[in-house]
Amino acid sequence: MTNFFGHLFLINFAVGVVTGIVQEFQFGMNWSEYSRFVGNIFGVPLALEVLMAFFLESTFIGLWWFGKDRLRPWMRLGSIWLVAIGTQVSAFWIVLANAWMHRPVGYQILDGQAVLTDFGAVVFNRKAWLYFAHVQGSAWTVAAFFVLGICAFHLLRRRDVEVFAPALRIALVFAAVGTVFSATSGHTEAQAAVVDQPMKFAAMEAQWETSESPAPWSLFAAINQGARRNDVSVEIPYVGSLLAYNSLEGRYEGLNQIDERYRQLYGPRDYVPPVAWVYWSFRIMVAIGSLLLLTAFVGLFLWWRRRERLVETRWFLRALVYLVPLPWIANFTGWITTEMGRQPFMVQGLLTVDQGVSANSAGEVLAGLVGLWVVYLALIGLDVYLLSTTARAGVSGRPAAELQAAPAPDYANATYGRED
Amino acid sequence: MDLVTLWFWLIAGTFTLYFFLEGFDFGVDLLRPVLAHTEAEERALTGTIGPFWDGNEVWVLAAAGVMFSTFPVWYGALFSGMYPLFVLVLLALLLRGVSFEYRNQVDRQRWRDTWDWVNFGGSLVPSFLWGVIMAKLIEGLALDGERRVLSGFGDLFTPFSVVGGIATLLLFVLHGANFLLLRLHPDSALHRRARTAALRWGALATIAILAFVVMGYVTEGLFADFGVLPWVFPLAAAATLATIWFALTRRLDRLAFAMSGLTIVFSTITIFVALYRRQVVLPSTLDPAFDLTLAGSASRPLTLELMTWVGAIFLPLIIGYQVWNYYVFRERVRPDEGSLAKGY
Repeated sequence: MTNFFGHLFLINFAVGVVTGIVQEFQFGMNWSEYSRFVGNIFGVPLALEVLMAFFLESTFIGLWWFGKDRLRPWMRLGSIWLVAIGTQVSAFWIVLANAWMHRPVGYQILDGQAVLTDFGAVVFNRKAWLYFAHVQGSAWTVAAFFVLGICAFHLLRRRDVEVFAPALRIALVFAAVGTVFSATSGHTEAQAAVVDQPMKFAAMEAQWETSESPAPWSLFAAINQGARRNDVSVEIPYVGSLLAYNSLEGRYEGLNQIDERYRQLYGPRDYVPPVAWVYWSFRIMVAIGSLLLLTAFVGLFLWWRRRERLVETRWFLRALVYLVPLPWIANFTGWITTEMGRQPFMVQGLLTVDQGVSANSAGEVLAGLVGLWVVYLALIGLDVYLLSTTARAGVSGRPAAELQAAPAPDYANATYGRED
Repeated sequence: MDLVTLWFWLIAGTFTLYFFLEGFDFGVDLLRPVLAHTEAEERALTGTIGPFWDGNEVWVLAAAGVMFSTFPVWYGALFSGMYPLFVLVLLALLLRGVSFEYRNQVDRQRWRDTWDWVNFGGSLVPSFLWGVIMAKLIEGLALDGERRVLSGFGDLFTPFSVVGGIATLLLFVLHGANFLLLRLHPDSALHRRARTAALRWGALATIAILAFVVMGYVTEGLFADFGVLPWVFPLAAAATLATIWFALTRRLDRLAFAMSGLTIVFSTITIFVALYRRQVVLPSTLDPAFDLTLAGSASRPLTLELMTWVGAIFLPLIIGYQVWNYYVFRERVRPDEGSLAKGY
């Protein structure tokens, strides 16, 4: 089981590793003014990510994959654990850096640069922990439904039941925990936005004018950004206040009012983000999240009622196969919500996007962008193709070749690490 | 030594270590089309660098990340200033990185051949461009008074930087061949071919390095500012190259590898010495008044202090487990038909 899923992990990890290189270079390439402005603070978690996580992952993934006949079993297990810990540490620091852009703390502006004054405040940024919790929950959800889908695919064909039945049950538990965790952290996150990024929250709800109390919740809206209003909006009473404050009353500020306030605070310009993007991506994310949460608990219920026959419940298994892409879509739309909702700011309240860019010519940037897009799309295509063929092939299907650090035969059988 | 100086040299050290380490895995990939005649040999070559290349590559990310936090102005100007070069490096590293994992995922010869070429190109482009980038680093960019770099794609390729690129490319090939002499089993034909390649490419590398040093001295005047001591570096670079010949012909493989490594170390450090003596991190070709200075590009003391703690804790740890990684896979590799089997 470990080798099979480890193989899938490796295929995906290859893309994850190389895209990390882009991240480390592109701030300087595309956002040199931003880098200058925030480097004192933002650079630190990025450097920490490399030093604490990237090295760990890159070194120990090699040890794990190539060390199968030269490491003691516990060392090999330890290696993959270190890789897993590395990925989490990496996620923590990069999310921390991202959260600082949404809620800058522990800084002081000196000579046009944000200068670090309190690293503790940066690390214990409330927003960072909320984001990290949400990213964690979503990561568990994506992984769980990925595994569920593969297990269901093979169980429907009654192949290798002894492997996929327990894997399915493990993944169901992860799915339940992950979905609940992302739902609760997401809810708290939205309430935090009411306070520190009201514009984002108002955009999520397409609320142009300050709401009445109790606030309704919009189910569907035809958004007219030009006229700054909704042409149609289907609303459910009370739910808006519930979402924003866990209460049946309470109003929140509308886009136009916040815009007016920001003009006085930061100078004249349009501060309203692309509302339709934020509004709809938020709704897609929430809809998918709810569906996945429901699925996980239906699964647990079936397990409780039907015990061993869970893996014979064909309608449920079939549903699981089709659900595989959804957590990814929820992730993408979630990032669209949070990042589009921050526009036009790059660092909330401090720096707008157009102030952060490099002075490069449009042609240069376009050529670079096209090049990276082509390669990224190709990598996504390859990743999906290889994941699906490998996943379909199942436990008995093996990679076309042994990926080994070409073991010297006399070495593999030598004293080192071989106890069996 | 103040923290700004310390971090300047730590960045220099990180780049140096990166070129030393990734230099040989680039080199192995570049030699693959010449050296490997069979699938088993091809696989043996990958095996020599398989567990290492990824850990090696992270050193350049460390250089960039550390630069971002300790010298944000330098980081922004350098990476945006050579934008097209870094795009090419990124594309190459992206494709090369996946080529290792994806080559053997599908059992078709065309699939493998395609990835072999991707892997070759993915090593060729950065091997050349890192030399160009390092040469431009001392030659300078068209920096204006607002820290904006106005250089275009064409300005990045001067005779000096192109020779620099050829020099790193050939030096990495030599370094890779020397690495293979240590990692391949001496009874294989592959090992013999690696020695021939080392001698052949080593000769070309020597010429390129000497051309680079002479150009720097004569036409660029870069070494004119040097005091007595920094003379050691270009001299040492030439001396180590001579030793490669001495060591290779006498089959002192460890010495040969150490010497090609030292050449990389000395050449990289020379570049940073050249900058340091002028107290500049990125010279401007428009007006020396626009040069980015060490003091003017660094972060504030609190960030530097914090990073010093971080570095003091994690750098020894990283070096420790990377050394252990090399120790685990210390045994030499030979082409083995048995490895052609499928499996996990």
